Parts: sequence; structure tokens; C-alpha cells
Amino acid sequence: MKNIATKLALVTGLCLNLGFTMISTASAETKVGLLLPYTGTYASLGNAITEGFELAIEEAGRTEEFTIVIEDTEMKPPVGLAKARKLVYQDEVDVIAGVVSSGVLGAMRDFIHQSQVPLIVANAGNNLATGENCSPYIVRVSFSNGQINRPMGTWLSENGVKTIYTLAPDYAAGHQMIDAFTEAFTAAGGEVIGSEFTPFGQTKDFGPYLTNAQASGADGIFVFYAGGEAINFVKQYGSFNIKTPLYGSGFLTSPLYVEAEGDAAIGVRASLHYIPTLDTAENKAFIKAFQAKYNTMPSEYAVQGYDAALALMAAVDNGGVDRATLASQLPHVSYVGPRGPLEIDPATNNIVQNIYIYDTVMENGALTQKIIDTVPAVRDDVAGCQM
Amino acid sequence: MDLSFWILQFLNAMQYSMLLFLLSIGLTVIFGLLHFVNLAHASLYMMGAYIGISVAAMTGSFWAAFFLAPMFVTLIGAVLYFTLIDRMRTAGPMNQVLVTFGLIFVFLDLVRMGWGDIALGLDGPASLSGTTRLLGVDYPAYRLFIIALGLGVMATMWLVLARTQIGAMIRASVENTNMAAALGINVSKLFFLVFCFGCALAGLAGVAAAPILSATTTMGITILIPTLIVVVIGGLGSLEGAIVGSVIIGFMETFGAVMIPSFSAVLTYALLAVVLIWRPQGLIPARG
Repeated sequence: MKNIATKLALVTGLCLNLGFTMISTASAETKVGLLLPYTGTYASLGNAITEGFELAIEEAGRTEEFTIVIEDTEMKPPVGLAKARKLVYQDEVDVIAGVVSSGVLGAMRDFIHQSQVPLIVANAGNNLATGENCSPYIVRVSFSNGQINRPMGTWLSENGVKTIYTLAPDYAAGHQMIDAFTEAFTAAGGEVIGSEFTPFGQTKDFGPYLTNAQASGADGIFVFYAGGEAINFVKQYGSFNIKTPLYGSGFLTSPLYVEAEGDAAIGVRASLHYIPTLDTAENKAFIKAFQAKYNTMPSEYAVQGYDAALALMAAVDNGGVDRATLASQLPHVSYVGPRGPLEIDPATNNIVQNIYIYDTVMENGALTQKIIDTVPAVRDDVAGCQM
Repeated sequence: MDLSFWILQFLNAMQYSMLLFLLSIGLTVIFGLLHFVNLAHASLYMMGAYIGISVAAMTGSFWAAFFLAPMFVTLIGAVLYFTLIDRMRTAGPMNQVLVTFGLIFVFLDLVRMGWGDIALGLDGPASLSGTTRLLGVDYPAYRLFIIALGLGVMATMWLVLARTQIGAMIRASVENTNMAAALGINVSKLFFLVFCFGCALAGLAGVAAAPILSATTTMGITILIPTLIVVVIGGLGSLEGAIVGSVIIGFMETFGAVMIPSFSAVLTYALLAVVLIWRPQGLIPARG
């Protein structure tokens, strides 16, 4: 159904495009492929990123300058790779943006590198993509898994937490998030006394794991969960009335689904690269525009989409007109966005950004985020990246 | 790892077993009687959760959702029965599996269109929101409620099947449909009733699970596999088989996750393989 609808929309889009190019004589047009999951577990992320991306282009009044071709990765690495090929060879896009899953990113990496089409990563956090497997054609405006969690490890240790029990889903991102946290936490003097990885996408009942974590006697539990798993985890943590404080990667209590977690989310401390309650002019303007267009609060995913478009427009303004010039301009982008000051680190092509440590609190009958600390300009190590 | 730890894990295992039981019993009874493999059973479970969330949002009461959601799901089941299931009854297992497998995707997209992709939560009733002290441990009251619900359904079903006339009719039809029909049992009416009842149980499991597990578009597909394993291990079509199967799987997954987490995912499949080799008809099959 969805596929047919997308195809129809595409065909219509193509026809309109054709018509448009025949009348208009202007040729300074940039063709962008948005490669995101619109079906499956992370469809909501794909939609949020698209919303942010389209908002940024519209806000800038440059909708006629950018042609967007949308493709669904279905969260499957082989599908993602096939769609990337289609965007490059058939649609002949100048640049690709998106990619939610680190698995899809991994599958596309060599193709992107060889075809020399710049890719703006708007979610997938795999450390390797801007580490060992970095490429001058892959620029990340979202985050790396390590970047989100290292500051939290240091911060917890500095704030009197001595022992931690960790939990995360058993897949690449889960391991990278926990490894980064553990490294920073132990470097700062803390000790991880227990660690468990739960079967990814199959674990619905965290009761047994929570009981284990509590029995370990640690000062705190640090976890990474996202989406439906995060909701289940936090709700079940609440229902067991566990006294051990819960800390996490900020996706745990993301504004996107914190409402579904309810009161159990209150008091959970987590670290993230964007918090909707950030008190800056840029963020307020962004939220106002986002709410006016979509009638809902933006999430960190929407911001990633928004920033992907801002980075692209900045690269175009600096003289990026085709694949090669866009690829050379993207790593030098820097600006102040809703998240705060941002720049791309040309050594890794990963973003340098603030990480916020926040509390989820109840205010006027609604759950909201209170920032308790800011770790400025977090930069990833070069970690084996050779451009 | 003191005693209270093991009691907590025992209760966790019981709670999961009861949820599996509520789902597998509907599936297995439908199979036993109609010889119909209804993979869409798991979608009805998902519909139970989502409809429950909508009813709770409209009425503001969990209990309204708890009683109305299974009814709506039964209605969906009845529509399915007359449009598809009844026609497919003699079409053979492969066609049935294909049709009901297709239905899973239809329901998946219906839910995405109606409720969106973001996982939704359902607040349990206020009276069951805290923890209760039991056997020296504090355990979430709502989870105890699920254990009680499962045991209640189990006891009721056993009573109905073993001690009532309709139970005798169902047992007779499972044993030999043609003979039961020849003895004057209205088999097609019985089929319909049992199918509706199975759907209601799936809806009940969905709405009962929603406060703990939250509702996601993938919840049906993720629960389908453990449910099928329960039914295959226990023996297709039998109540006792569903009880034994769900308790085995519930305990195995819970204690596997606690003691040998890296193997927990493999354990149930290994057991499935062993049972299929050693007793392909299941541990307690419906027909001797």
C-alpha cells in the first residue's frame, strides 16, 4: 500500500519536475535524496527527520532550489544499499541525507565512498562511520554513540556515583553506547559492577533484568534503550518501585515518547544532544516554527533533520554546486542551531556539539526536561580515521 | 542472590507464562476445533491493546477498556470469520497460513494509519498501581493481577471443558468432527462460538499486557513466535498442552535471561527442536 503510494507520489513528483524544468531556465538546483525508514520499528524517526528537513528548507524559502527525492530503507541494510544506488544512478542526486540505522549506514558506506556522492548522516550513531571507517564523503550532523555517553560517565562519577549496573539491547549501538559510558566512568574513578545485554527487539519484559540490577547493590543503573523498548523499560522500572536511581542515554526519556512513560520517568537523569527546553533564541524560534507547521513538539530526531538541511544549505552557500564541491564544503560547516553551537570536525567529519544532562520533571501537570548541566563542545577522538 | 530474589524471578516467570497462556489458549483451541492455523491471532492481540488504549482515552477508565476491548476484538474476529476464515476452512494449511500471514500486514498498516508509529502506553488502574507484599517481597500489584487473571481463565476453561455440556460438545468435536455432527451437534455454530471466544481472549491478553508492555506496531509479530512455540511444544489443540507449554516457555525465558543471558534466546528454540524430534505431536496432544 505504502509502497505503491510512495511510487505514485514519486511518479507524480517526477512528472511535475519535468514540467518545471522545461519552463524554468534556472539550473542552480540541488537534488537531495532523503534515505530514511518509513516502515518498520523506526518509521516514526524517519518521519520526524523528514519533517525537520522540510521545515528548514521551507523556512529559508528555498523550496524551489532543492528537489527532494524520498526513499524508504525499510530499516534493512540490503534495501538501504539498493535505494542508495537508485538515488545515485537513476535519480542522479547531488547529495544524500538521512540514514537512521547504523546497520544501513554500514551497508552503504563503501558504495558512498566509491561513488563519491556526499552523505549527510542524520541519525545513525555508529562510531566507526566517523572513526576507523570514516570517509571524506560521509558527514554526520546527528551524534556518535560514544559522544552522547562519555560525558555522562564522567559526570556521574564526579557527582558521587561510585558503582553502576548497565543494561542495553544486544546490538552494535547498544554495545557502543555502554562501552563509551563504561570507559569514561571507570577513567573518572567509578566501577561498573554488572552489565547485561538484552535480546534486541525481542525483550518485552524487563522484570527479570531489573530484579538482577537491583540485587547487584549498585549505586545506580545506567541503560541505553530507545523507542518502544525505552517506554517498556521505564514503565517497568517504575512499577517495581526500585530504589536504585536510573540514569541513561537521553533516548531513554526522549520527549518523543516520555508522555507514554508517565510518572515513572520523573527523576530519570540522562544525557542528550538536544533538549526542547533549551533556553536559546534559536531553539525558541525553531520550536515555534515547528509547532506552527506540525502542531506537535519537535524531538531530537526532528532537529537532526533540520540541521541536516541547514548544513546542506550552508554548504551550497559556500559554493557547493555539485557532488564534488558539496563534499568538500560540508566538513567546514559551522553555525548556531537549535541545539547550540555546532561545527563539523574536519578530522573525523563528525559533529562537535554540546551534550546536555537533564532531569525529567513534572511541571504544571506535564512532563518536561530540566537541564542540570551542559558539557560544551564534545568532540570525538580521531580513533583511527584517515581521510 | 537471596531467597527474595528467586521469589521475585518466580513471580516474573509466572506473569509471563500467564500472558503466553492467554494468547496460546485461543490459538490452540481454534486449531484443535477448526483445524485452522490462524496466524492473525497475534494481530488480534495487538488490536486488543490499541483499542483498549483508545477506549481508556475516551472513557478515562482502565476497566472500561479492559471489558470493552475484548468485545471489539471479538467483533473484528466475527467479521474475519464470515469474510475469510469460514471460506478458507477446507483450503488446506498452506493457504490458511498465507492468508492469515497476509492479514498480519493488513492489521499492521491499519494500526499505523489509525494510531501512528510511536509506541503508546496505557495506564493501569489506580487501585493496582503500587506494589503488594507477597511471600516477603514487594511485587507490582498489576503483575499479580495478570497472574490471577491467567489462573482464573485457566480454571474457568477447565471447568467449562470438563464439566459442562458445551464443554463436552467441544471435546467431542475436537475428537471427531463428523461423528459429533452426526450426533446432532451444530458443529458450524460451535466453530463460530469457539472462534469468537478465542478472539476475545486474544483481545483480553492485548489490553491486559498494554500497561506493562506498551503498544507498538510490532507487538503482534514479536509475540507470535513464542506463542506458536508454546502451542507446538504443548500439543496443538489441547488445553493442558497450552498450560504446560506456556509455563515451560515462561520459566525458561525468564530464568534463562537471569542465569545464562547469552544463551536465553537459543534455549526456547533448542527445546522446540528437541520436542519436535522426540514428540512431534507435542507434550500433551489433543487426540491421544
